Amino acid sequence: MNGMLPWAISFALIAVTLAMIFTAIRLLRGPAAEDRVLALDTLYVNSMIMMLTLGIQFGSRFYFDIALLIALFGFVGSAAMAKFLLRGEVIEP
Amino acid sequence: MTDGVIPFWVDLLGSLLLISGSLLTLIGSLGLLRLPNLFARMHGITLGNTLGLGCVLLTSILIASIHAERFVFQEVLITLFMISTSPVTTILLMRSGIYRRRMDADRKTAGHQDSSNPG
Amino acid sequence: MKRWPSLTLFTVILFALWLLLNDSLAPGQLLLGLMLTVAITASTAAIRPLRAHPHHLLTALGLFFVVLIDIIRSNIAVAGIILGPAKRRFNSAFMKIPLDLRDPYGLAALACIITATPGTVWAGLSPDGGTLTIHVLDLQDEEAWVRIIKQRYERRLMEIFE
Repeated sequence: MNGMLPWAISFALIAVTLAMIFTAIRLLRGPAAEDRVLALDTLYVNSMIMMLTLGIQFGSRFYFDIALLIALFGFVGSAAMAKFLLRGEVIEP
Repeated sequence: MTDGVIPFWVDLLGSLLLISGSLLTLIGSLGLLRLPNLFARMHGITLGNTLGLGCVLLTSILIASIHAERFVFQEVLITLFMISTSPVTTILLMRSGIYRRRMDADRKTAGHQDSSNPG
Repeated sequence: MKRWPSLTLFTVILFALWLLLNDSLAPGQLLLGLMLTVAITASTAAIRPLRAHPHHLLTALGLFFVVLIDIIRSNIAVAGIILGPAKRRFNSAFMKIPLDLRDPYGLAALACIITATPGTVWAGLSPDGGTLTIHVLDLQDEEAWVRIIKQRYERRLMEIFE
């Protein structure tokens, strides 16, 4: 343990947690369905940033794989929800 | 952290990048609460999507390369993926927002509190 | 055979992504990656009917750095707007921009650039492709935005794709 990196990691974890709380408030408050989808989209990006920060803290490469998977599934999820709001169905005939 | 001693410049640069990245993410999510309507809120989340994530990814590349004593840049994959996908979600949401506002205006219902007018 | 260059670029990028994902240069991975990328390129050629013909790769590199600088600058600007007084936060509006770019790949790149830059979001293209609608967070001077989009991005994209 040397230098200021551990402090920076703690700061980053606190900041991202606060960001996730803000996002969750918007997710619960709405008002429109698009706001909730937008908040969910932000929530997955924030959780990805948190995973990367944890990966830096523990010096493990597994967190990178988790972040990559969150990116993949998060995009598919929010794109499907946005498409549903736009057209009423996800996969059109 | 592993017990390896990292050089001073890596310590400084990594800390700066990590702090600025997380601060940008925090401000972007704060924008979700502070901005007045859906279309304005969309600009807030781009902060975390672009530079916030980019700073943290750079820090991750830096620290992992120092620990592994070779150049590790797998994080570029996440960058490429986010560059190509996050605009798609945002544009789809934008279009559905415009479409649904227009449908609501057509139906003359006052269900939504947002006061923005679709273009 | 005229279509070959774009095909190989796609294959090379896929191959590089495969090696990066596995983080190795072992002979087995090289062979597997080569087989996979050739198979994927051959089988998806039918669902990519339009081929991009990018040239002037140096211009593309210049565009990349221009966009990078713009993203950093507008990140700071948007952060200032979010933290700033309420007056500036209620300034968002839609605006229209006349467009000369017609190449679909160029338009896709322009959509990515505009949306990835904080402060502007792509909001739609008119059916004839001549007018672009964007949403701007802090709209004060419409001409300035038209100038930025047309001179900084559209001119370079037309050089690359047309």
